[in-house]
Amino acid sequence: MWRPCGVIDDTYEKDLSIIRTRQQLVLMTLGLIALFLMPFYVSGVALNTINFLAITIVSLHGMNILTGMTGQISVGHACFMAVGAYSMTLMVKYWGLSFWLATPIAMLITGMVGIIVGLPSLRIKGFYLAMATLAAQFIIPWMIVNVRPDITGGTDTLTVLPPSIGGYLFTSQQSLFYLCMSIAVFSTYFSRNILRSRFGRAFIAIRDNDLAAEIMGISNVRYKLLAFFLCSLYAGLAGAMYAVWMRGISPDHFSLHESIWYLGMLIVGGMGSVFGVVLGALMIRVLNVMVTYIGPYIGQFFDSSTALVIATGLGPIVFGVVVLAFLIFEPAGLARIWHRFKTFYRLWPFAY
Amino acid sequence: MIFIQYLSLGVLTGALYGLMAAAIVIIFKATQVFNFAVGTLMTFCALLCLSLVLDFNIPFWLAVPIAIALGGIIGIVVERFGLRPLLAQPLLTLIMATLAIDNILRGVMLMVWGGHELTFPRGLLPGKTILLGPVFLPHEFVYAFVVALICFALVGLFFNKTQTGLKMRVTAESHEVAMSLGINISRMFSLAWMLSLMVGAVAGIFIGSRLGLQVVTTSQIALKAFPAIIFGGINSISGAIIGGFAVGILEKMAAGYIDPKVAEITPYVILLAILLIRPEGLFGIKRIERI
Repeated sequence: MWRPCGVIDDTYEKDLSIIRTRQQLVLMTLGLIALFLMPFYVSGVALNTINFLAITIVSLHGMNILTGMTGQISVGHACFMAVGAYSMTLMVKYWGLSFWLATPIAMLITGMVGIIVGLPSLRIKGFYLAMATLAAQFIIPWMIVNVRPDITGGTDTLTVLPPSIGGYLFTSQQSLFYLCMSIAVFSTYFSRNILRSRFGRAFIAIRDNDLAAEIMGISNVRYKLLAFFLCSLYAGLAGAMYAVWMRGISPDHFSLHESIWYLGMLIVGGMGSVFGVVLGALMIRVLNVMVTYIGPYIGQFFDSSTALVIATGLGPIVFGVVVLAFLIFEPAGLARIWHRFKTFYRLWPFAY
Repeated sequence: MIFIQYLSLGVLTGALYGLMAAAIVIIFKATQVFNFAVGTLMTFCALLCLSLVLDFNIPFWLAVPIAIALGGIIGIVVERFGLRPLLAQPLLTLIMATLAIDNILRGVMLMVWGGHELTFPRGLLPGKTILLGPVFLPHEFVYAFVVALICFALVGLFFNKTQTGLKMRVTAESHEVAMSLGINISRMFSLAWMLSLMVGAVAGIFIGSRLGLQVVTTSQIALKAFPAIIFGGINSISGAIIGGFAVGILEKMAAGYIDPKVAEITPYVILLAILLIRPEGLFGIKRIERI
């Protein structure tokens, strides 16, 4: 890794630290203050999008641990979110638990489901594992719809009660912003910590060559299942947040297409990079919002039926083109571009 | 007697699953790309055929070959601009590339044909539902079955009897060996995509002729071909065809004897079971890994 000139690590703690210089500390503090003052200078509609973005980031961190760091391809991420969202909502609805207690339990339940889905990863890998998660992606929503429709509401939307503290209800976008954004910031920090710890190094070793890792004494069973567990913890948390943000959930919210969008965000952001996750989620969600505004604008030049059709078709096209462009021209994603920019900025006006 | 009913329906739908599975395996064998976009590509070809019939008033028997030929061209284009730049990339990149193509095509189809269900004009295929005693067979599926068998035979002949087929088998075996023998492997890749999409177009058109075409749901039918591939082994075209029949029959049996709702996930339960018991499939090659 590149360091600014004059920053020398004389201990291992310094080598691993996130904040190295005074400048970074100041920038990060100011950035966090600006972030948490956002409800004062951003409109409610934009906050709605930002909350969704925060939820996406939390979910994507989970996928980054599983797919980016450990290299286990999952096309069933949305079904983990469904498990989290439904178990949280049902516990609040039928057992009368508060959101603050139901969410950790829902996360653990999702983690267990993740371990079960991850079990085939011990025998199969790569594309075969993608098939196994694809099966989970179909079986879990099917179970939500068909096993006990009287409890889960079947294909209908299940309404979610807002979380509360001492009588204060988290219903406005402003209050949800503080909830979602704190979780997003904390989960980013947690994810970064995993990456620089023993676990992160084990995950990366398994990604690069799982047989070699096993021979070096990294238990594949333990770390692959741990990766699935952590991924599902994040997904469960994101699912619970999604339920609260959406105020109603149905199996349609957690379709295969959603899972593929998460994979695409991971590619655009840069696999295995924590900051890349934030960038990737930001880029795809912002593009999607732009498409919803641009679609009708383009459509107004045509007749009204064409306008509607363009608005629906533009989203997938933009997503596909962006992902394909990143795959072909910058496979390491936005994280790599950001890294290049930092290096350039540090040396400017000199070439090297 | 009800058993024969489910069995025959299963065989008829299984032929279509087998076609889609063969479309995926042809590409995988030659290029090591697993084509997740097969459903959308297939729907795209079928919708082209539908437009030829409805908007250009071309008779069906002429529209089908035109659509199949267009499918082949689309296959070459997709390979050239979508997958060729990504040669020898990691697995996730290749899977994601096909998923990106899937998204682009879905968007294009939503723009051109809209999100509602489209059907071929009634009575397009002559005849009506065949009754054999108490067993009824939808005639569209019988046509599809016959055409599928012809396709299987043609694909088999192509791979086993022609020089180009032989070259493609060499490419599938090893890219290095193929290149050292003077085979232009990028041409083989184009050819594999062309062939695959032609087979896919046949499947799409016959699925559409019975069930109607809707951009999202028709594309999702192709996901049921994945269990068929895993069942037969990813490297085997005949395995894919047999897998298609197996999945079709088991799905109809589950629908008949247990619950139609269970049939929706039966293919995926089969998929999981095979992955846990015998991941390389019935006819697949077990690869030995070395560091």
